[in-house]
Amino acid sequence: MIMPEEIQQQIVRETFHLVLKRDDNICNFLEGGSLIGGSDYKLIYRHYATLYFVFCVDSSESELGILDLIQVFVETLDKCFENVCELDLIFHMDKVHYILQEVVMGGMVLETNMNEIVAQIEAQNRLEKSEGGLSAAPARAVSAVKNINLPEIPRNINIGDLNIKVPNLSQFV
Amino acid sequence: MSDIVEKTLTALPGLFLQNQPGGGAAAAKASFSSRLGSLVRGITALTSKHEEEKLIQQELSSLKITVSAPTTTLKMMKECMVRLIYCEMLGYDASFGYIHAIKLAQQGNLLEKRVGYLAVSLFLHENHELLLLLVNTVVKDLQSTNLVEVSMALTVVSQIFPREMIPAVLPLIEDKLQHSKEIIRRKAVLALYKFHLIAPNQVQHIHVKFRKALCDRDVGVMAASLHIYLRMIKESSSGYKDLTGSFVTILKQVVGGKLPVDFNYHSVPAPWLQIQLLRILRLLGKDDRRTSELMYDVLDESLRRAELNHNVTYAILFECVHTIYSIYPKSELLEKAAKCIGKFVLSPKINLKYLGLKALTYVIQQDPSLALQHQMTIIECLDHPDPIIKRETLELLYRITNAQNITVIVQKMLEYLHQSKEEYIIVNLVGKIAELAEKFAPDNAWFIQTMNAVFSVGGDVIHPDIPNNYLRLLAEGFDDEAEDRSLRLYAIQSYLTLLDVENVFYPQRFLQVMSWVLGEYSYLLDKETPEAVITKLYKLLMHSSISSETKAWLIAAVTKLTPQAHSSNVVKRLIQEFIISLDTCMRQHAFELKHLHENVELMKSVLPVNKSCEDMVVDASLSFLDGFVAEGLNQGVAPYKPHHQRQEEKLSQEKVLNFEPYGLSFSASGFTGRQSPAGISVGSDVSGNSAETGLKETNSLKLEGIKKLWGKEGYLPKKESATGDEAQPIPQKSVIMENVNQTVTKKDQPQAHTQSREEKEKHLLASSLFVGLGSESTINLLGKADTVSHKFRRKSKTKEINSGETTSTHNMTCSSFSSLSNAAYEEDYYLDTLQDRRDKKLKQFSLNSELLDSESFTELPVVEKLSNCSMSAPSLFADNNLEIFHPSPSTAASAANEISVASLLEEPTEHMHSDLMEVCNNETISVSSYKIWKDDCLLLVWSVANKSCSELKSANLEIAPAENFKITEQPECCLPIIEAESTKSFQHSVQMEKPFTEGTLSGFINYQMIDSRSAQLEFSVTLSLLDFIRPLKISTEDFGRLWLSFANDVKQNVKMSESQAALPSALKTLQQKLRLHIVDVIDNEGLLACQLLPSMPCLLHFRVHADVLALWFRSSCSALPDYVLYQCQKVMEGS
Repeated sequence: MIMPEEIQQQIVRETFHLVLKRDDNICNFLEGGSLIGGSDYKLIYRHYATLYFVFCVDSSESELGILDLIQVFVETLDKCFENVCELDLIFHMDKVHYILQEVVMGGMVLETNMNEIVAQIEAQNRLEKSEGGLSAAPARAVSAVKNINLPEIPRNINIGDLNIKVPNLSQFV
Repeated sequence: MSDIVEKTLTALPGLFLQNQPGGGAAAAKASFSSRLGSLVRGITALTSKHEEEKLIQQELSSLKITVSAPTTTLKMMKECMVRLIYCEMLGYDASFGYIHAIKLAQQGNLLEKRVGYLAVSLFLHENHELLLLLVNTVVKDLQSTNLVEVSMALTVVSQIFPREMIPAVLPLIEDKLQHSKEIIRRKAVLALYKFHLIAPNQVQHIHVKFRKALCDRDVGVMAASLHIYLRMIKESSSGYKDLTGSFVTILKQVVGGKLPVDFNYHSVPAPWLQIQLLRILRLLGKDDRRTSELMYDVLDESLRRAELNHNVTYAILFECVHTIYSIYPKSELLEKAAKCIGKFVLSPKINLKYLGLKALTYVIQQDPSLALQHQMTIIECLDHPDPIIKRETLELLYRITNAQNITVIVQKMLEYLHQSKEEYIIVNLVGKIAELAEKFAPDNAWFIQTMNAVFSVGGDVIHPDIPNNYLRLLAEGFDDEAEDRSLRLYAIQSYLTLLDVENVFYPQRFLQVMSWVLGEYSYLLDKETPEAVITKLYKLLMHSSISSETKAWLIAAVTKLTPQAHSSNVVKRLIQEFIISLDTCMRQHAFELKHLHENVELMKSVLPVNKSCEDMVVDASLSFLDGFVAEGLNQGVAPYKPHHQRQEEKLSQEKVLNFEPYGLSFSASGFTGRQSPAGISVGSDVSGNSAETGLKETNSLKLEGIKKLWGKEGYLPKKESATGDEAQPIPQKSVIMENVNQTVTKKDQPQAHTQSREEKEKHLLASSLFVGLGSESTINLLGKADTVSHKFRRKSKTKEINSGETTSTHNMTCSSFSSLSNAAYEEDYYLDTLQDRRDKKLKQFSLNSELLDSESFTELPVVEKLSNCSMSAPSLFADNNLEIFHPSPSTAASAANEISVASLLEEPTEHMHSDLMEVCNNETISVSSYKIWKDDCLLLVWSVANKSCSELKSANLEIAPAENFKITEQPECCLPIIEAESTKSFQHSVQMEKPFTEGTLSGFINYQMIDSRSAQLEFSVTLSLLDFIRPLKISTEDFGRLWLSFANDVKQNVKMSESQAALPSALKTLQQKLRLHIVDVIDNEGLLACQLLPSMPCLLHFRVHADVLALWFRSSCSALPDYVLYQCQKVMEGS
């Protein structure tokens, strides 16, 4: 399904509002609205501190299974970035995508074994190291930014959330 | 601080631009590397959306200059790309960078390529035209020796790939299935899955390779192939039953912890794999006892093993329970599963509760007692703070609604409806309420009030079927005249009351419903005169909030009422008002009304009272205009051509250079002649509609539309047969204007008294919600007969099933739960029907198992799992053997069949026909069928043999309407008597409505035995595309002409087997096996033509090079060439 840019943005916005207003003690599933393609689709999300990870799946996925898949994904991020925080996700959104690509490929679960995923990512990173130089600079930038007291946290959530959600939507829908 | 950041940022683009002409590469590089960081920092520092927009626009314009500058290195480009992705992610248009992303993927080194691919997959969508430029890169990378490149290419293929370019990469990806690295094999499988999703026809030939992937020595590859199998089994499970054993074995090993520890997740072995397998088993075991029996053990073990208290074990448990309830039931497992559901429902964890409710919804129809067990939890969930839980509870209640608890449940639903704002929820829920109200409404007043609530809350977003269906129900009425009358009267009275309320705005749809009902049935009113109603409608018409569509409905109602009114001042005023309206539609209506008004007699005959259900005869071909047309033609007017034909001609004339191989002289007239008769009638029909047909007709036309949508055969007959004679006498209520809420408040009163004690209230609610469930459970377990009588039974125009009540008990397919006596009966049935299928499959089986075996043994060291996999096939095989020698009652009868067949076949001998094949039988009757490939249709002949020694009465054979087939019944389909030991035949002619490879047609036969016991047998036959393909006999010239006029073409090279490696033999194969007509043969090229019945031509041009056959199809239908190609491939490669 091809969605124009505005619709994509609208989906992201509405999804964000939907999950934001939900308490932590209610369930992690949201049944499909007309926006994401009707009753066959579900939003499954997990909330980590200031970050929401939202997956949009159809009925061929197990709800609890996806919840744990998000956990695997986040734990993998944590391993790859060493104590991941939202800034890592924003400044290295390309890397986040690469990691996601190893977990989910073309909308289908590819690998759920964390060590395997990390191994794949590290194999790719070795390439980067051999390139040298270039990778060191962003890292410095990050550490600089980390120390700044960011005034607007919610915006960050939005970005972090967006990072993860958009590829999934385009894959599943 | 943030200010400073912002300032530096805004200055940066300028700095950068200064840098560039200076050529200081090092400086440029330094500024590049931190650019994304500063961009992000800049954005987070901003306070308003407007500022963000400004900043990003600035960023984008500087990026635009950079990416198009020739001096930009690939390394810088990579940086730019990440920033572009970032901007796109925030919702800004960065389309200028798309082409550069593709270039980067093409030219860059590994790292740059990776960014390029990522950008492409995020920027573009599947049908984007730029994507074609990526194909070459992908092909190159797939051939690369570098693993990372291959893996990147596979990833991008599985994300986005143009459908029409699949053939370019398919062989490369197939090769990757044999790659030594498991990760590559795994990704290749997923890429093929993607192809299967977007173009299933193109991967049909590699199903064998999927099987190999399933037996891969690496668990990951096997897991990936499960995605494909889940999908394919979902589409049609029958072809994969032979794999059940393998899936069970795999699951057994996973559950038993035979996988390496790596696959454990929180010490649960490969949970996602287990979930996937359980889902596959669920699909395979559905309604199939034999297959289900294979999996009972492993399901039991899964339930037992999943005891750890972790989220993911619950995921497995849930799937397990779902599977147990979906497959052929086994009581011990059901008990255990029920216990598990209890664990979910009672869990304090809200996610588990949600799934518990969901599980209950699945199983409730099979086992309503479960709902009774958990009724208090369900009541609690109704008031849960989480709307999702609430909604799931309502869904559950919706499933258990019956005539006794409907008022309470609908009331709960309406309460929820009033709270929710999301359109999707409203549409969904409103539909359910309307459906329930129609089925179970306790009385007229309640029904009308509930529908009023539905229309006013649902507003204009409700599904159009709801008002249409409601109106149809009012119009067609029930069996009882008086009842119809009182319902209509009540509706009118409630609408008039609603319209009297000042300053209330109703949704347009509701007003439309009101105006139709008022227009049709106001004559029922005693007190109020038509004038009064017209005045009310007139007031509405003048209201500014009314849409023009509603106005049309209103004025139609006024028109209908006018002949009944005595004085017509209001009508005259209305005519004056609208005859000058700017809305042409309204003006038209006003003029019609005016002219009709002048001739009251005519008006009365055109708009009769209470005749909305009578069919109107409309001369759709406008034959009365034939004289006019003929006169025009005589005077030299050009004949009418439909729009599409004119366009085709225009297109073909526009061609400057003719690239087509059959450039014969193109004359439009020959082609026109072929199609014009239909074309003219269609065209004039459309153009004539607006002027000629009156108001009344547009209304009745709408009703026609409804009938089609709501095919009565769909759900009514079933329920009717069950309720048969036991429809409750509907209480005659003298309908006086009741207070709108009276019925509701009455129900509320008992609750109000006990409000002091919350618990008590809940119990009360429970008893009102779950009333009627307990008593029903036994009946449901037995025959699944829907014993609830329907309040609003429509007059059924479908054929009555004579022996309604007894049919349901003997209806064998619907009994997923069956009593013991049924079970034995059923077993025979299964054995017999399966038998001939098995015969056929036997060959495939042995082939497959050979394949599996040979492949698995030539592979590298075979893991334990693998050997088990391949073991399971022969064991299944052995099982089959047993059954084939099972003495079946049908064999005795088959001899008798042979004779009758001969007599049957005498008549249609001039056509080709298939062999007689038994489709179903039991001890008294056996049904066989064969196909006759007539020139204009496929004729299915069913011969029904009575094997018993007594006669059978009222035998009736019906074919269920199938999605893709058009079935025409031949006259003698219901036979009063079949004499003992004789054979009768039935015929159906079938046509394919849209092309596809294979479809099944199912139907049933029912009959009455001598002791007036009646029985029903179901059967199905498979029809393939080839059954509908006929040679198209045309000349070479016609071929050329048609070839040019067809827009859809497909080309493919097919390798021939050696025996056909010459033109004549290839031709012969195509002619004999596909029924293609050979139009012409020129050197090593051949022209063939065929048509899909009734008249969809498909042309084939082919050329032989050595052992490769280049096929080129063209057709007027977009899907047909693909399907014919597939068949061609099958015959060319297969033989």
